[in-house]
Amino acid sequence: MATVSMTVNGKTVTKTVDSRRLLVEFLREDLRLTGTHVGCDTSQCGACVVHVDGRAIKSCTALALSCEGKTVTTIEGLANGATLHPMQEAFREHHALQCGYCTPGMIMASVDLVQRNGPGVDEHTIRRELDGNICRCTGYHNIVKAIAAGAAAMGSVRQAAE
Amino acid sequence: MTATGIGASVRRTEDHRFITGKGQYVDDINRPGQSYAVFVRSPHAHATLKKIDISAAEKAPGVLGIYTGDDLAADKVGGLICGWLIHSKDGSPMKAGAHPALAQGKVRYVGDHVAVVIAETLAEARDAAELVAVDYDVLAPCVDLAKAQANGQPQVHAEAPNNTVYAWHLGDKAAVDAAFAQAKHVTKIDLVNNRLIPNAMEPRAAIGEYDTGQGGFTLYTTSQNPHVARLVLSAFNGIAPENKLRVIAPDVGGGFGSKIFIYAEETVCIWAAKKVGRPVKWTADRTEAFLSDAHGRDHVTTAELAMDADGKILALRANTKANLGAYLSTFASSVPTYLYAPLLSGQYNIPAIYCEVDGVYTNTAPVDAYRGAGRPEATFVVERLVEVAARQLGTDPAEFRRKNFITSFPHETPVIMTYDTGDYDASMRKALEMADYANIGKRKAESAKQGKLRGVGFSAYIEACGIAPSKAVGSLGAGVGLWESAEVRVNPVGTVEVLTGSHSHGQGHETTFAQLVSHRLGIPIEQISIVHGDTDKVQMGMGTYGSRSGAVGMSAISKALDKVVAKATKVASRCMEVPETEVDFTDGVFSGRGTNKSMAFGEVALQAYVAHKFDSSEIEPGLKEGAFYDPKNFTFPSGVHIAEVEVDPETGVTRIDRWTAVDDFGILINPMIVEGQVHGGIAQGIGQAMLENAVYDANGQLLTASYMDYCMPRADDLPSFDVAMTTTACPSNPLGIKGCGEAGAIAAPAALINAITDAIGHENLAMPATPQTVWRAVQKAPSKMAAE
Ligand code: FES
Ligand code: FES
Repeated sequence: MATVSMTVNGKTVTKTVDSRRLLVEFLREDLRLTGTHVGCDTSQCGACVVHVDGRAIKSCTALALSCEGKTVTTIEGLANGATLHPMQEAFREHHALQCGYCTPGMIMASVDLVQRNGPGVDEHTIRRELDGNICRCTGYHNIVKAIAAGAAAMGSVRQAAE
Repeated sequence: MTATGIGASVRRTEDHRFITGKGQYVDDINRPGQSYAVFVRSPHAHATLKKIDISAAEKAPGVLGIYTGDDLAADKVGGLICGWLIHSKDGSPMKAGAHPALAQGKVRYVGDHVAVVIAETLAEARDAAELVAVDYDVLAPCVDLAKAQANGQPQVHAEAPNNTVYAWHLGDKAAVDAAFAQAKHVTKIDLVNNRLIPNAMEPRAAIGEYDTGQGGFTLYTTSQNPHVARLVLSAFNGIAPENKLRVIAPDVGGGFGSKIFIYAEETVCIWAAKKVGRPVKWTADRTEAFLSDAHGRDHVTTAELAMDADGKILALRANTKANLGAYLSTFASSVPTYLYAPLLSGQYNIPAIYCEVDGVYTNTAPVDAYRGAGRPEATFVVERLVEVAARQLGTDPAEFRRKNFITSFPHETPVIMTYDTGDYDASMRKALEMADYANIGKRKAESAKQGKLRGVGFSAYIEACGIAPSKAVGSLGAGVGLWESAEVRVNPVGTVEVLTGSHSHGQGHETTFAQLVSHRLGIPIEQISIVHGDTDKVQMGMGTYGSRSGAVGMSAISKALDKVVAKATKVASRCMEVPETEVDFTDGVFSGRGTNKSMAFGEVALQAYVAHKFDSSEIEPGLKEGAFYDPKNFTFPSGVHIAEVEVDPETGVTRIDRWTAVDDFGILINPMIVEGQVHGGIAQGIGQAMLENAVYDANGQLLTASYMDYCMPRADDLPSFDVAMTTTACPSNPLGIKGCGEAGAIAAPAALINAITDAIGHENLAMPATPQTVWRAVQKAPSKMAAE
């Protein structure tokens, strides 16, 4: 057992955990943030994607202890209060989810994808960059549309802020 | 059309919780005092269980209980059932072996359940499971479907000699033989419909709980039909009488058929909850899902089409071996029989059809319904046959199809179906135009200039959804009726709860069902809640599968709404003092014809509950109505998909250049959701045709048991899809709905294989058409051979 502290969705948390505790287990079981999902055991599906210090990672493949002192954002922390993140809005507007199981990981990965590729990211890049996220329901058609729209919206939010 | 009524692409009301991480899937639920179950699974495909030694495991930290098949037997827990009785052609009932939830005496596939270990934490349960020492006497397995029925093969169940569960048939053999004898042309093909693993992204999970105070059980489970699960767990497994058994299927992360069935794990969890006196939770990891979720497809078929001199189809003959795996899963027996052969007429006028199907045991995971369930297999047979026949006759494949389309309805096929309506040529015409088929020659030539092979492939599919009526399916061997139930509860303030026996696990029922209510009652969608998935709240229902929830589930709601409107009309008539026959109801307002009296729906609801203004000996207070709806017939969605591909002969890589889908689903409630269903179905169909394959080695080890080995469609494997609709309203239900959930998965494999074989110039191509498979096929192509 060891003690770990990190900032999760803006709040500092300190817990004593088994040293083999995965970040995803820490989030789901210790913090009861169950929006982050587990869809596989080989780091392939991306249902577990969260942001650590602003970058998307697969939380099934990180130890909780490795996040000591870091800043973690999960799907529950993406919206700004009652105002949804533009990518969340885009997923709803473009029907980019059906069962919703892949969705939190998809949205977190998409936000990171846009941050790295810019608001004008093209379909080809979106499809290529999604290879770490599996959706069984949507055939990706609407996810790709949503990400392009979400990217544009993120761009205009940023512009407005600047 | 109102903004939230029938036909509007209303944004989904359920989405808010999913995009904010507030969905509640089974694994998100923790119950007070919960313990964790881990299953000890067989590493062998076929073995005798000599001894299970739990002595070391029992002493491990945190262990609360370890149970084996003997413990279930001692408590008289019944085995898992198969709910559809098939009779062989000789009239004998199918020959099925027992299917205990935990193995007894023998294990029959890798992943078969040997014991369960329950401990304080998941880690402790896992550690202790490692200490369960099982002494196996390993037997030779029977893995190869093609050989399984031969003499001398290992026997999976003593009850089924030669591993044959049934030898079933449908159709008129003599008529077919006569037609073939007269045929001017016969096209014959051999097909393998590859085995698939459903892979809903949410792994299966269960929490069993026993309340000693009430003496009642609660099961949280990843189920597409919690009511049927309760019925089976009560009546067949003997867990508890139904009134002491509550089954909850909360948010469920995709099903595609795999969550219809009642599995060993939930049966064991709910039983064990009473044994250990604690809630027992189990969540599959992905490897377990691969090993023990019911698989799909897995047919080997020879099929022939007979034609006359004008290219008119005379008859179709098919012989299929269907792999059912090591045990019969809940609906396994029906999938390759009544969900398959009755679809072999496709969209075509075929005077005679005969189909033989052998259901076969092997030492592999059970095989059952997976998106489409029998209908994709039938469509693959028909649409490959038709395409190859057209090519052999030198006829354009679209023209060949059009020449043979059924054009008048109702149409009785020779395989027990009566198609109620359709306009197959309308979908074909539209698809040809959208796909710019007229210029395919030019595009092929352009590809050829780049050293690429371009091909185009069609799939004009038919499906049968909303399996019904109950009496008819009963006569075919179904153990259940296939109606649906609904209850519409109007609250005194005019808001509405609809309790439905359907279950949503991605289909968007909370939105579409509310649209129907909004449309009919003229109230905003925000004032409507859809309740499903809890047997304590909702009366008996039949669940969601087979694209039935629109056609059957919503029809039940519609019927209940009729009753609500009828009663509210009575109440309004008394309140307004206008004769009932002169009360109109439009856009949520009751009005007295020829008067200036009117009442909003909410006011009438309040008056129904206040009950001051009518004689309650004549009209009961309250406003709540229920209905059970049993359809008159199946529904028959149909459509045409056209795939256009470009193959690189140097690498075998196939690029899908365009995908056109024109479907006739009857009346659409929410076009946005319908299109989403089409997209997802096509992706799964493309997955089957190009990427996915469940592979067992000769020892019965599953070689494709992770996402490293089983190729799931990723975003960059797929194109965007051009989707459009044609509409003939379904006459068999009040809403005109046909169903849309499975169409894409049914249509896509044939379209894609037809396109790739067109590109490479010969028909010998197995699914999945991976680059290696295509490259090898290209090496055999006549054009290549001619060039060499
Ligand atoms: S759960 Fe992390 S990648 Fe699948
Ligand atoms: S929405 Fe179901 S897995 Fe993506």
